[in-house]
Amino acid sequence: MVDTLQPTTEHAHGDDHGHDEHHGASGLLNWLTTTDHKIIGMNYTVTSVVMMLLGGAMAMLIRAQLTVPDGGLVSLAKYNELFTMHGSIMIYLFAGPFAFGGLANYMVPIQIGAPDMAFPRLNALSYWLYLTGSVTMLLGFFTSGGAANFGWVGYAPLSNAVNAPGAGADLWIGALILTGFSAIFTGVNLVATIFYLRAPGMTMFRMPIFTWNMLVTGILILLAFPVLTAGLVMLYCDRHFGTHIYDANGGGSPVLWQHIFWFWGHPEVYILALPFFGMVTEIIPVFSKKPLFGYKGMVFATITIAALSTGVWAHHMFTTGVVLLPFFSFMTYLISIPTGMKFFNWIGSMWGGQVQYTSAMLFAIGFLLTFLIGGITGILLASPPLDFFTHDTYFVVAHFHSVVIALVIGAMAGIFYWYPKMTGRFLNERLGKLQFWLLTLGGLLFVMPGYLVGLRGMPRRMAVYIIDPTWQNLNIWSSIGGFLMGISMLVFAANALKTLKAPKTAGPNPWDGHTLEWFTTSPPPHHNFYSLPNIKSERPTWDYFHPDAPALTHDDHDPSHVPGAVKADAQ
Amino acid sequence: MNDHANTTDSAIAPASTRRPSRKGLGWIALAIAPIVLSGCQIPGFGINEGVTESSHKVYKLWQGFMVTGLIVGGFTFLLIVYAAIRYRRRNNEIPRQTQYNTLVEVLYTVIPTIIVAGLFYFTIVVENPEVAVIKNPPAKVKVVAFQWGWRFSYPENPKVNIVGQTTENPELIMPVGETIQVDLSSLDVVHGFYIKEFSFSQYAQPGVVNKFDFKVDKVGEFQTQCTQMCGLYHSLMYFKVKTIPASDYHQCLTSSNSGDEFVACANKTTPALYHRNTATQGATVHHG
Amino acid sequence: MKFEARLLIWLGVFIGIMGIVYGVWSKEWGGTAMLIGTGILGIFPGLYYRWWSKRIGERPEDRDATMAEGAGRIDTFPGSSIWPFALGMGCWALVLALVFGTWFAVIGLPLVIFAVSGATAESRRGGDASGH
Ligand code: HEM
Ligand SMILES: [Cu+2]
Ligand SMILES: [Cu+2]
Repeated sequence: MVDTLQPTTEHAHGDDHGHDEHHGASGLLNWLTTTDHKIIGMNYTVTSVVMMLLGGAMAMLIRAQLTVPDGGLVSLAKYNELFTMHGSIMIYLFAGPFAFGGLANYMVPIQIGAPDMAFPRLNALSYWLYLTGSVTMLLGFFTSGGAANFGWVGYAPLSNAVNAPGAGADLWIGALILTGFSAIFTGVNLVATIFYLRAPGMTMFRMPIFTWNMLVTGILILLAFPVLTAGLVMLYCDRHFGTHIYDANGGGSPVLWQHIFWFWGHPEVYILALPFFGMVTEIIPVFSKKPLFGYKGMVFATITIAALSTGVWAHHMFTTGVVLLPFFSFMTYLISIPTGMKFFNWIGSMWGGQVQYTSAMLFAIGFLLTFLIGGITGILLASPPLDFFTHDTYFVVAHFHSVVIALVIGAMAGIFYWYPKMTGRFLNERLGKLQFWLLTLGGLLFVMPGYLVGLRGMPRRMAVYIIDPTWQNLNIWSSIGGFLMGISMLVFAANALKTLKAPKTAGPNPWDGHTLEWFTTSPPPHHNFYSLPNIKSERPTWDYFHPDAPALTHDDHDPSHVPGAVKADAQ
Repeated sequence: MNDHANTTDSAIAPASTRRPSRKGLGWIALAIAPIVLSGCQIPGFGINEGVTESSHKVYKLWQGFMVTGLIVGGFTFLLIVYAAIRYRRRNNEIPRQTQYNTLVEVLYTVIPTIIVAGLFYFTIVVENPEVAVIKNPPAKVKVVAFQWGWRFSYPENPKVNIVGQTTENPELIMPVGETIQVDLSSLDVVHGFYIKEFSFSQYAQPGVVNKFDFKVDKVGEFQTQCTQMCGLYHSLMYFKVKTIPASDYHQCLTSSNSGDEFVACANKTTPALYHRNTATQGATVHHG
Repeated sequence: MKFEARLLIWLGVFIGIMGIVYGVWSKEWGGTAMLIGTGILGIFPGLYYRWWSKRIGERPEDRDATMAEGAGRIDTFPGSSIWPFALGMGCWALVLALVFGTWFAVIGLPLVIFAVSGATAESRRGGDASGH
């Protein structure tokens, strides 16, 4: 049954050449010259997790400052730099790169039975642009004027040469141009890889759902990022070449920047979210010993999200007074439908299954619950009259942190799930569960007071709130939640460091996985596979290891069957 | 209170249709029942009715949304937890490999669609009058934001200009009982004009003049501040809204020779009612 | 390949239609231009893939197939290359030139040109990085 796909290499590379076996000076050269998607994926993963820890450290400072109404920890000016860099690092340097540069880079080629990404050198270039972009953004702290300080959205005219004269702002722009191109290259690579390098029999509708999500993410990157890059170039011209594109006094339009930024920014929300949707969608069925419920529906929901996500951008601009409220409200409600449907795919996948509480699965369930809160409050914000009084308050901060904390939890699910594949070693499950509770409960404790204090009128981006000291109690609770999340990250760091010495005991398929990455060794060999099973469904590895398992069922073909009575006829 | 009960009832109706199809959901019904049954007593979920005509409608919209959100969110939340616990792994048997169930899939597409259609409908019903402006408003004020303060000027009397920076906390005087139209703009960067008790905010932007109407129905003082990041002193860019009876408003406005006089006159007609720490709106309230 | 092409075309057409509706309704040119531009960005590669899918016909990965059917297909991948790193550093220097002054471009520009020609030459020698 097992046939081989034999890719050739230009250079004779030891075939079982793992990524972590480089040493000494030649090791450094190997690292600089590598085009192996697995090494690049690891680089991306490690760099982006470091970025998350940095952004998290800034969040700790922010939360510490907010425990008292009159601040005192950092100055007004430094506070502005802190939240700007916290937001920018988390969005531009952590969430996206982690997902599409890190785990996707590593897993997508393997999941479709490909030996590498379609354009390996472009892939390497993408990483170097990302790394240099990250360094560039952080350099801002070391310039005399400090880092960028106009919020992660860089609204004109606060980001122009008069209001933000320092080099920090230019470094911010430069960093976004570099990471923007890096994202575009990865997008190109993902799309081309998925279109051209699938193994025989791996039809579009047999692709793992994570790969599907990454395909749609890749397409969205290609549609959205060019707009941002163009917008940034214009911003730079305004700052240095005397153009007045975003300058109301020179005949330009500051609102245009908002249009451009959010035209990229809302698809970006889905560029960030879809990969994590993909991860948990991969994880939940595996640990329920079931196929994904409603696979095709989910694929179409994902495509629909991509299509609609380009038409909702101005729901971030309801209070500008110059956007078409009903259009954007309507589009936003539309997009909530396919997003909401996914919850029932996830629930349906657990329904009647054998749910195993591994750390990865717990994180996946934590993702669902946290994301649900962010989703429901998002529905509130989609209504302009309700957005009017919550916009720019902590309600919105709490809303999007419910979402991004879900993404962090999802990231943890992905890491715990694929760590054995990428390293051959298991992360410690007990530490994982401890981290799960700290992160999820800490996250809830962090966001919930935020909603309340936002409704009580606390604006975001406030270095001090002496205007109303009664906000303090809620802020203290929120800070405690934030610190718990911080501790959970230390637990994770300890866990990861601990594994460095652990023996490689994972084996190829520790979780009884469904997809092709579980068919190869852990970590996979240089060009990923020694052999591949025939692909007859979207679960080739499962099919191979469970030849006698009950076949996939379509419940309508068996009307006697109702959900909830599933167990009876197992086997 | 009648129309308010209507809003919420019809908003939750679609959600309730899915209840019978699942088991274990009696809990949700139990949890929600007190709220629904108590009718007018639906809580404010963190906000209050506010003091303008629009804010009352927004309040009801918010209640309807929150009730719907809690039902849908609570239902989904419990379903996730239920599935995770009820189907925890007990042995190594391979369960039935259900992949599709058309009926269930259609249901979870159609029901959310109906729900959001309802939400969108009520949104439009509240939004349209809220953002509409009338032709000849009986009162007008021009609000200009700048780094880091506010200027309020009244076309009715060009001598009246109220200007204040950061914690000087300039006062914006508004009439109760008649429509006042605000012309909002900015001299430099984007600022946020936000009045919590009006349940409203709008950007003050350079190059854009935003117009909107308020019809305030309570006398009071409302402390607030800029909400959109505008640079170094953003967190100190305060202003205060004071609403006084319309007759006093016009009388003070026409008789004053400066902004200071106007503010003094307004404060004389209506004693300072406001206490930020204990009240969210005027303590003694009389309808204008 | 057919579905892949269709996916892009549908997405592009949908976004384009959205752009037209939005444009007519809002008369706001910025968003309209971006929507229609984005629609085209979807349609063009979609049309290319459609043309390509007609040319190459159905591939083993578009239908039921065994691994053996793919055995004849050979993809070539570069084993390793220094040019991405060199190009990355060149681009970085160019971006730093935007911030700290043009003298950074004196390093960056030659490096970029050098790296691009290096990479091209490498491809000519057979290290073609493309999937085909
Ligand atoms: C330990 C976890 C975190 C804590 C305690 C935290 C805390 C905060 C706080 C308090 C603010 C508001 C600052 C202000 O408005 O004055 C903020 C802003 C922000 N956070 Fe986080 N955050 C965390 C994680 C994340 C993650 C994971 C992301 C994204 C993936 C993220 C993205 C943002 C963004 C985009 C902003 C807005 C920045 C701006 O206003 O320009 N945060 N964070
Ligand atoms: Cu301001
Ligand atoms: Cu401000």
